Amino acid sequence: MRALVILMLCLFIPAAWAAEAYAPVLDIGKGGQCVRDPHWMRENHMHLLRHLRDETVRKGIRSDQDSLKNCVECHASVTDNSVIARDDSFCVGCHRFEAVKIDCFECHASKRKQALVKKDEQ
Amino acid sequence: MKTSLGAAAIAIAPGMLLFSPAHGNTAAASSKVRWGMLIDTTRCTDGCNDCVNACNKENGLSGGTSPTDSQWIRKIEIKDVSTGRAVSLPMMCQHCEHPPCVDVCPTAASFKRADGIVLVDRHRCIGCRYCMMACPYKARSFVHEPLHDQKPDVPRGKGTVEACSFCVHRIDNGQIPACAEECRNKAILFGDLNDPNSEIHQKVRSVSSTQIRADLQLNTGIRFQGL
Amino acid sequence: MPTLSSLRLKNFYFYVLLAAGGLVALAGLYAVHMMESHGHIITGMNNQIVWGMPHVFAIFLIVAASGVLNVASIGSVFGKAIYKARAPLAGLLSIAMLAGGLAVLMLDLGRPERLMVAATNYNLTSVFAWNVVLYSGMFSLTAIYLWTMMERRMNPWSKPAGLAVFAWRFILTTGTGLIFAFLTARQAYGSALLPPMFIVLSFAWGLAVFHVVQTVIYAWNEKALDPEILRRKKNLLGVFVIGSLYLVGAYHLTNLYFAHEAAFERFILLDGGIFPSLFWWGYIVVGSVVPLLLIYLPGMNKPKWVMTASLLVILGAFALLYVFIIGGQAYPLDIFPGYQVSSTFADGQIATYQPSLYEILLGFGGLAIAFIITTVSVRVLNFMPQDKSYIAD
Repeated sequence: MRALVILMLCLFIPAAWAAEAYAPVLDIGKGGQCVRDPHWMRENHMHLLRHLRDETVRKGIRSDQDSLKNCVECHASVTDNSVIARDDSFCVGCHRFEAVKIDCFECHASKRKQALVKKDEQ
Repeated sequence: MKTSLGAAAIAIAPGMLLFSPAHGNTAAASSKVRWGMLIDTTRCTDGCNDCVNACNKENGLSGGTSPTDSQWIRKIEIKDVSTGRAVSLPMMCQHCEHPPCVDVCPTAASFKRADGIVLVDRHRCIGCRYCMMACPYKARSFVHEPLHDQKPDVPRGKGTVEACSFCVHRIDNGQIPACAEECRNKAILFGDLNDPNSEIHQKVRSVSSTQIRADLQLNTGIRFQGL
Repeated sequence: MPTLSSLRLKNFYFYVLLAAGGLVALAGLYAVHMMESHGHIITGMNNQIVWGMPHVFAIFLIVAASGVLNVASIGSVFGKAIYKARAPLAGLLSIAMLAGGLAVLMLDLGRPERLMVAATNYNLTSVFAWNVVLYSGMFSLTAIYLWTMMERRMNPWSKPAGLAVFAWRFILTTGTGLIFAFLTARQAYGSALLPPMFIVLSFAWGLAVFHVVQTVIYAWNEKALDPEILRRKKNLLGVFVIGSLYLVGAYHLTNLYFAHEAAFERFILLDGGIFPSLFWWGYIVVGSVVPLLLIYLPGMNKPKWVMTASLLVILGAFALLYVFIIGGQAYPLDIFPGYQVSSTFADGQIATYQPSLYEILLGFGGLAIAFIITTVSVRVLNFMPQDKSYIAD
């Protein structure tokens, strides 16, 4: 019994430390005001996406603001215009950390429609 | 076509919200509308591929014609065996009223939208290809390899089935399909079959047109003149 | 009489067989991995030949899985004692082959990771959706049936369980036939004859598989099968092979009668290259005529001839399925009856199909899964048919 308690403590305490140790640093692209509160988004973006995709595909309700295309438009990196190209890209950073594989970009374009021009090239 | 609705997020459970569409939405597709095409084969010329090129460009298709390449629209040259008369026409998903592909899809990924457009919901498609077997027009293609650089308006990917979508992303934006727009001979007329004021509605009432494989009684959304 | 050393050798052989089966299954899994990462472009299937070798293997396994239960049904439903003794083995083979066939089908999907989607989103007009329910129900029902037969207290329930399984598998095999029968636009398929044809084919193929497995089990255990039992069962196979020939014949003859099907039938039966060869030499000669000779000629009542006949029936099954599934797609879809057509999408052209190694590995992987399930189960549980010394019916 005591061995079990010690084992549990040895496993859980370091895990709790590790969870707060670091959160992934993301390249949030253009950034600015998101369509929803960022903390809400972190918890609910998957539900939003799941609901909206059926609204759009099956019913034809399209929203300028609430669409994956718009998310990519803002959040694609300003350097490589992608949300999945690098380890700190907007989608990859957290998803890799949480080990949740996403297949959205097997079909959806991961780059913004019009590549952003760098300031010094204007 | 854009209506504006108030943004509301009602909490129904911790972390789960009942969503209402936010600002700047289009309205849902309506069954009052039935999108269709009237293709005038007398104007379609042998050797012209404007519609095919337009479709490939709009939807991000490779344009290849190998057996594993997706072709959403193709030109078919047909010749009447008994009389020798030759006709050229474009063939794509006929957007049937009673689509066999919708009947056979196990997950209801293949579905008919309220306004008559037959689509593949690629979030649900498991890639079984039964719809490809069922289609009388061989309209559907399967994506055989991982894709890159998709058009943002036209998501498409490996392992799912796809077909002509009547450029649904354009229709929802008030435009007409790319093939209809780019045809140099103006052979493809697109419009709302249910709207008494539309050109297509009036034309199908006055000129002779047929559906391909009309014997199957699928009531296709695409009609052909000159066959 | 088994000696200690011969038993040790047998034990060794058992593990060798299991390892061999495991290797083949692994090879199949490797093929699946390649197909998942690279897409179906590495297979021979394309936009014209949509279903290929994996489906040939899968449909054989599924149809045979349903048919092998005939042995059990003749026992539990029709009360024939020698079949009743073989019912547990038949039930096991059914589960094993169904598992193998379904594994192949599901792993060939474009997106196999979406199986949960398939299991939770049903389109009620789709035969595939019915089949998801029918096949999973088949597993549970057969498992319950096996339990009623092998658990002594549940024996009185084996007759109702047998009846349920009997009804369920008829519906299941009808469903398999309807997959094709509902394809009204295709000349090869839209025919109401297909469900009954598949049912009779299932009888023949299932019994053939049963014979093969039974012969091997008896040889392994150094037991002799009563020649009278062998004779009755092999004659039954003969009846089923004749029944299959009848229905396949009816299907082709009715097709030939329709003027618009004549060109397709000509392609399949006469000038389609590999398809007529496989049909006539593979299914008719090797798969039906030779087995019938081996079954009905006098003096052939030995396990080795019955085993040969059964193996040939199985080969014939693969030939027929290849012609049916792939030949049916190779012939161009007739979109414009009465017209000659050409396009960039193979309209009017006969499609060619070259199966790739990956598809063949996947198919054999399914066979290996069925093999492993059977091999492990017959060792662990008592599936050896226990014939009573007095056959009372």
